[in-house]
Amino acid sequence: MEIVLSIGIGLFTASGVWLLLRPRTYQVIIGLSLLSYAVNLFIFAMAGGGLRVDGPPILAPGGVGDPAKIADPIPQALVLTAIVIGFAMTALFLVVLLAARGRTGTDHVDGREPD
Amino acid sequence: MSHGTLLLVALLLPFIGSLAAGFLPTHARNTAAILAGSVAVAGIGISVWLYTSLADGAPVQFWLSWLPMLGLDFTLRLDGLAWLFALLIFGIGALVVLYARYYMSREDPVPRFFSFLLAFMGSMVGIVLSGNLIQLVFFWELTSLFSFLLIGYWHHTASARDGARMALTVTGTGGLCLLVGVLLIGRIVGSYDIDQVLESRDLIIQSDLYVPALVLILLGAFTKSAQFPFHFWLPHAMTAPTPVSAYLHSATMVKAGIFLLMRLWPVMSGTDAWFYLVVPAGLVTLLLGAFIAIFQQDLKGLLAYSTISHLGLITLLLGLGSPLAAVAAIFHTLNHAIFKASLFMAAGIIDHETGTRDLRKLSGLYRYMPITATLAMVAAAAMAGVPLVNGFISKEMFFAEAVAEHTGSLLDDSLPYWATLAGVFSVTYSLRFILGVFFGPPPVNLPHRPHEPAHWMRFPIELLVLICLLIGIVPSLTVGPLLATAVKGLLDATPPYYSLALWHGFNLPLMMSLIAMAGGVVLYLGLRRYLESGIEGPPILRDFKGQRIFEKVLATLSWQWARAGEATLGTRRLQPQMRIVITLAVVAALAPFIANGAVGTGDMPGTPLPPGFALLWLVGGICALGAAYQAKYHRFAALVLVGGAGLVTCVTFAWLSAPDLAVTQLLVEIVTTVLLLLGLRWLPKRIENVYPSRPPLKVLLRRYIDLTIACALGGLMAFLAYCLMTRPLTQSVSRFFVERAYSEGGGTNIINVILVDFRGFDTMGEIVVLCLAGLTVFALLRRFRPAPESIEQPEQQRIQHAYDVATPDRSPGDTVADYMLIPRLIMHWLFPVIAVMAVYLFMRGHDLPGGGFAAGITLSIAFVVQYMASGTRWVEDHLRVLPLRWMGMGLLTSCATGMGSWWFGYPFLTSHFQYVELPYIGKVPAASALVFDLGVFALVVGATVLILIALAHQSLRSSRAAQASEGGE
Repeated sequence: MEIVLSIGIGLFTASGVWLLLRPRTYQVIIGLSLLSYAVNLFIFAMAGGGLRVDGPPILAPGGVGDPAKIADPIPQALVLTAIVIGFAMTALFLVVLLAARGRTGTDHVDGREPD
Repeated sequence: MSHGTLLLVALLLPFIGSLAAGFLPTHARNTAAILAGSVAVAGIGISVWLYTSLADGAPVQFWLSWLPMLGLDFTLRLDGLAWLFALLIFGIGALVVLYARYYMSREDPVPRFFSFLLAFMGSMVGIVLSGNLIQLVFFWELTSLFSFLLIGYWHHTASARDGARMALTVTGTGGLCLLVGVLLIGRIVGSYDIDQVLESRDLIIQSDLYVPALVLILLGAFTKSAQFPFHFWLPHAMTAPTPVSAYLHSATMVKAGIFLLMRLWPVMSGTDAWFYLVVPAGLVTLLLGAFIAIFQQDLKGLLAYSTISHLGLITLLLGLGSPLAAVAAIFHTLNHAIFKASLFMAAGIIDHETGTRDLRKLSGLYRYMPITATLAMVAAAAMAGVPLVNGFISKEMFFAEAVAEHTGSLLDDSLPYWATLAGVFSVTYSLRFILGVFFGPPPVNLPHRPHEPAHWMRFPIELLVLICLLIGIVPSLTVGPLLATAVKGLLDATPPYYSLALWHGFNLPLMMSLIAMAGGVVLYLGLRRYLESGIEGPPILRDFKGQRIFEKVLATLSWQWARAGEATLGTRRLQPQMRIVITLAVVAALAPFIANGAVGTGDMPGTPLPPGFALLWLVGGICALGAAYQAKYHRFAALVLVGGAGLVTCVTFAWLSAPDLAVTQLLVEIVTTVLLLLGLRWLPKRIENVYPSRPPLKVLLRRYIDLTIACALGGLMAFLAYCLMTRPLTQSVSRFFVERAYSEGGGTNIINVILVDFRGFDTMGEIVVLCLAGLTVFALLRRFRPAPESIEQPEQQRIQHAYDVATPDRSPGDTVADYMLIPRLIMHWLFPVIAVMAVYLFMRGHDLPGGGFAAGITLSIAFVVQYMASGTRWVEDHLRVLPLRWMGMGLLTSCATGMGSWWFGYPFLTSHFQYVELPYIGKVPAASALVFDLGVFALVVGATVLILIALAHQSLRSSRAAQASEGGE
């Protein structure tokens, strides 16, 4: 599983970075989305104890958790935050993109068409 | 009130007064003056009150712990030296306030003036009272800032702005040097506390860092005290209102540098480095300032250069390093403040009553304002060092020190001649001031008819001149004890013997004085013709202007070099910048491997690969690559593909035991897709095939480079991820959370407990970010101007519209209503279902996957679905959503919950929990964290809906715009 997930993260990253370097704002915003998936998965995959298939970090009522049996909660908490912030940033970036397009008349990242 | 607290009051009063004055109405001249005057008088009162407590020699201290871990405390410290300066600052300050009340015109925004003046006064007091060097530098920079505001008070004139900027640039740069110098001192001594620094003389002068520290500190002091070659800012600061000049350039601003030299004199002076750095600077400043002063045509310019010259004299005295010279320096500082303040005020009166300060126009004013003229003559005599006035005694002390032996070097031996020459110059410019303004033929063509000023405007000068005379005639009775106190503050050990008498017998200093006076008169008579020719500035030096050099240096540095640097190194284009940033990221990620050798993969056993997972990621990879490929020309396709990639991520989370992430990712995915769909409408049409044949080589090359970077980073990330996943993570705080989630957080969903309880403060910050992002989106869209070609209705809507209009029994909008009938009905019915779902997710959040974030986004989806089904107008007619209120309530709820724990004596955001038995429903968690989560929920709903609605509204705006333009045609 690890190797597949790693390759997946690599593919997401590569696609995202490629798009980040493109000249059109829409490409950049799509690239940012892909890159944030990749980064979220990367952080998530750093869980102590490796990937775990059947151990969500949810305790039995009244019980004390055994860290050896459930997935590491910290990367998950981090990623949960990152997902929400990522959404806010996408929204903000989209609006900046639209405002720039309205003001400059182009969707080039530099605000003007290349000569 | 203890003495220490009084110090704090003395420091804070001016700042409080400044704030209060800032809120006064624009033309409340009297109120502002009374306020400022009372602050200054209160300061004098405190200084006088504290005088007695200084008798035993121990400084008055006030101490407040500030950053104890860094060894920094807020300390105030009043010794004799600080006391004398504080008295000067408040005393001259009070007189300047009184003077300014009459000087400032009714039209000026006078409260602002007094507000700046008081803040400046407070900063000066801060410098002299600081018991900590860092604190001193802080107030030092404050004086630079407030002097900038004061000099630029009449900001409508260009010269005021230039003068202010120049003063700020020079003194501010000096302040930065001083900061570094002080940090070096702190490194040598191990403390910034002035008491401790003053005890570490040997440590400091033997340190390797002594010379760098000294140079930096002197740069600070010399820029502030206008020492050559940094003196040029001072004459340009004369564009300030005259009360400002009278205050800044007699008793305060420029004396801050002198004060610093005196403060550090006991521990830094007496070395060769000190002597050869300070004495030449002081000597050149003394001579050059006095020489240039002779040739000024502007009254204030003459006084400004004279100030520079006197500051040079004091610096020179401090440079000599002998205790007696230091006594003379303190004494002359006091005397200079008194006579120079009165002279500036006199110049201001002349300017005020005649409308000009030009020595070429002024003449024979004695017959119009005899009292002012007499006062000015006494003060000018003090400036020239004539017997029976205060300047004479300190000048005699200076001459005596010039004659005395210090280092035995050539410089030291030649000092008496230079000192006498400076005396000659000072007599000459003083004569010029008096004879040029008050005597001679009556003036012609003055803007106003001159007369005596209002009595209270002249009063400060009368008082200052009286003090000049008292000190000059009976020094030991008047200024003796004050000077002794200050000297005790400066020289801890036994002060040297000195005598404040008018007559010391017929000795060498007296001879020098006589020569200087005679020489001054002769020089004045000799230069008379040259001066009357009306040429501005001295011969030769006239062409050599500090200002021009300053401006040239500044232009070179901040414009030419910056431009050249930008042209060669920088770019305004985004893509190269991104390339650099990403390449740096690759390098940074590779660097540890290069430094520590190649690191192989770990040896943790892998998880077996289910075929479904492989298939899932096959789809994920294709989606990502497809999105990358399609994003340029097929935006909609790219959006769908990105959605696919998001879903793959979401399923991966679910597969790998992260149900919370899966839920949130799914919901965010929905909202993001809607958002981007709304945005698609405003993007320009894409022209395919920009390059009909083959793209140019440059473009191809760029693409290959980008492809290489992308592949490199992708490969690197994959490798890193694999390495990390195959080795165990040994140390982590996870165990803490896992073990305490239920016992201390009262929830079984560890993720939620971490978010709302253990790390509640992080979540707090996060929702604030979300809130800000929402508001920014809202603000940006309020002023949104769509591109012209996006304004017209989309093609589909136009066709439908045309069909509805053409068909007799249909009205516009029917077609879309027909199409959407069934989906709309379902979507309307979905609203309560989704809302219940949101409540469910929220309630179970503490124990099972869900929580405030997920619930908030769910509810916002419920709203958005209504917008999609029925259109913006319909929804807003039927449903009042007030996203800003949701956000506000959410933020307030979260904060209030956090602060609630203060009530019980716990830190911010400490949570409490218990389970409550409810009829029919059973046991429900009732943790205070749940209320916090409620705040999160409300804020997420508000922010998400705000963003979506703001975007959705643009379509209304554009159709209005289109209608308007149609109507116009």
